[in-house]
Amino acid sequence: MDKVISISLGEIVLKGLNRKYFENKLIDNIKRALKGLGDYKIYKEQGKIYIEGLENAEQTAINRLTKIFGIIYVSPCIRTSTDLEDIKKASITLLNEKIKEEGIITFKVNTTRSDKRYPLISPEVSRIVGGAILDKIDNVKVDVISPKINLYIDIKENAYVYIDKFKSRGGLPIGTNGKGLLLLSGGIDSPVAGYMMAKRGVEIDCLHFHSYPFTSQRAEEKVLKLAEELSIYTGPLKVYSINLLNIQKAINENCPEDQMTILSRRFMMRIGERIAQDIKYDCLITGENLGQVASQTIESINVIEKAVNMTILRPLIGFDKTDIVKMAIDIETYETSILPFEDCCTVFLPKHPLTRPKLKEILKAEESLEIENLIDDALKNKIVRQIK
Amino acid sequence: MIYLDNCSTTKPRKEVIETISNCMLYDFGNPSSLHKIGLNAEKILNNARENIASFLYCKDNEIYFTSGGTESNNIAIQGAIKAKKRNGKHIITTKLEHPSVINVIKEYEKEGYEVTYLSNDEYGRIDISELEESIKEDTILIAIIHINNEIGVIQDIKKISQIIKSKNPNIHFHVDGVQSFGKLNISVNELGVDSFSFSAHKIHGPKGIGGLYLRGKSRIEPIIFGGNQEKSLRSGTENIPAIAGFCKAVDITKDNLLKEKSEVEAIKTKFADYFIENISDIKINSPLDETGSSYILSVSFKDVRGEVLLHMLEDKDIYVSTGSACSSKSNKKSHVLKAIGINDNLIEGTIRFCFSYENINDDIDFVLNEINKFVSDIRKITRR
Repeated sequence: MDKVISISLGEIVLKGLNRKYFENKLIDNIKRALKGLGDYKIYKEQGKIYIEGLENAEQTAINRLTKIFGIIYVSPCIRTSTDLEDIKKASITLLNEKIKEEGIITFKVNTTRSDKRYPLISPEVSRIVGGAILDKIDNVKVDVISPKINLYIDIKENAYVYIDKFKSRGGLPIGTNGKGLLLLSGGIDSPVAGYMMAKRGVEIDCLHFHSYPFTSQRAEEKVLKLAEELSIYTGPLKVYSINLLNIQKAINENCPEDQMTILSRRFMMRIGERIAQDIKYDCLITGENLGQVASQTIESINVIEKAVNMTILRPLIGFDKTDIVKMAIDIETYETSILPFEDCCTVFLPKHPLTRPKLKEILKAEESLEIENLIDDALKNKIVRQIK
Repeated sequence: MIYLDNCSTTKPRKEVIETISNCMLYDFGNPSSLHKIGLNAEKILNNARENIASFLYCKDNEIYFTSGGTESNNIAIQGAIKAKKRNGKHIITTKLEHPSVINVIKEYEKEGYEVTYLSNDEYGRIDISELEESIKEDTILIAIIHINNEIGVIQDIKKISQIIKSKNPNIHFHVDGVQSFGKLNISVNELGVDSFSFSAHKIHGPKGIGGLYLRGKSRIEPIIFGGNQEKSLRSGTENIPAIAGFCKAVDITKDNLLKEKSEVEAIKTKFADYFIENISDIKINSPLDETGSSYILSVSFKDVRGEVLLHMLEDKDIYVSTGSACSSKSNKKSHVLKAIGINDNLIEGTIRFCFSYENINDDIDFVLNEINKFVSDIRKITRR
């Protein structure tokens, strides 16, 4: 009888011929997440991934595994031979542990048998093991309708017995859907946007704009902290920091005041595109959310998008703010997001920003700016930091 | 580095650091221990108490060590209210107090105590006749800050205490002296206060240590209970290394105060004169006469975000502080700047310069030129 951790895969199982590719990516991600937890072995057995040798770090391992995309459940199991006596013993051990924690219990045994050569069919195994439990443990009852706990028995080459199923986050393994550059501000939305695309398998790096010394270094520290919190899900990531101050100053001097925000956003996209061309990102990702602020009206989004010629993903576009907040709380970036340091100094905010910009007027305003030079200068001074 | 944020905290003197380090290495004992290691620690404690008492012209049994200004203010205010709970429920204070005074008093106000907040003029000088009229039979506590930490106004504590004692000698008169300790030559006796708070890290000593002067005859109840150290007023093992460092800082200050003060005053005057002559649309919030501290100058620059100016100066290795954060949220605006009646635009553009002996050899002209340049840079943006 060994203690192992079983990992149930989500959508990957639907991937047909590509399944092996997805599984291997996932195993890479698992290995990275379990770094430092000692010597362990990972193996596949009929549709699930198993890890053995983590008895002493089980809680930490489970905690980390439930944050890896591509997994739906994580269960600590007892692995035995398929001998019925061994299965009974394992079941009684597990159930005894559970009773110690939770007191008197109603239970149900659920057996699945992927090895169809096994001499007994699944309901028979459940019945026999259930009977053995009733014999050996006082004060437990069978309840097949709404049991307090479910005991699972998977019969494969080995048999696996388990009770707890810790829900993970689903999605697809990171790295199976290209690379994206997330525009990460210090706000609530952008970390959630990054999380959502990472969940669909996109490998994420971050791009952050500041206006130091017009904004505080604490604002940048806050963004780095958000990136670190996001990296719990995405794995190691890079943060590019760009000082936008000279661009903001140029816009401020040469363009109509109410276009400030739109023009700045267009520069951010252009800088993102330039980095994406250099480092081969497949898309930009933003936390934009239709109608939330002046630069997120449909007209503004149209005009901002026209600055570049690449895919911009906006996973939050149709959410209500309250739902975004809920997600930020769930992924534990909210507390950091609401720290009071602003990353975009309000000095430059127009009093009445345009909500219905016209592309023609914006292009005309940009004629008075040396766009390429401004971008080159901004990129020259970029700082790249590796998180984790 | 040009550090002009000495009201927030100061850089510890080398001698202070050495004293602390030696104390931790060799005299780590607990003064309550009966053996000689404890005795050595007790000697350090007694010596520090004597030196600080002589610095304030009081008896050593009137000095209590605490963790700093906030704790001293809490012990004095809460302790006095507790001791006088049968005498009345009226408290008098100003609109210029440090949070560690005002927030304590507000707690009692919530519980039903009546609080009079004295008004002040445009430099923060309180109205003494209003104080006189406010004193009642059931007034139990008056708390007034000696030198305000944001604008540097000095209140006439001696005159105030005379008025208080003549109207109602039972009132406990507490003074927050954190910014005046080591900056003025102070005799607590002559000031006529019942209690007086002070802190080490504002005079180049260590953080986490401060003290409370409590006049021999004044009675306050303890608010912290434990091993009855500091005559039961502040239980908890004495922080001997920090006390030793504090004592060192006081010794050095004692020797240098008068000389340094006039040199620092000259820096303040130079700053103020330069701003008045060279930068338009400013307001000097600190008194420039004898009612203002030599160590503090608060200036508001119209149409300038204080935090932006702060970061621009930081980029040149010059460190100052602002009157409010770079934010439009009004609850973060300084209550002191509001109390002296300056408008929101000016509050946002307020910078506080706090000097120390270390600035005497700094390149002040460089600082002033940079400020002038940055102020016009920022105004170019905000005023277009």
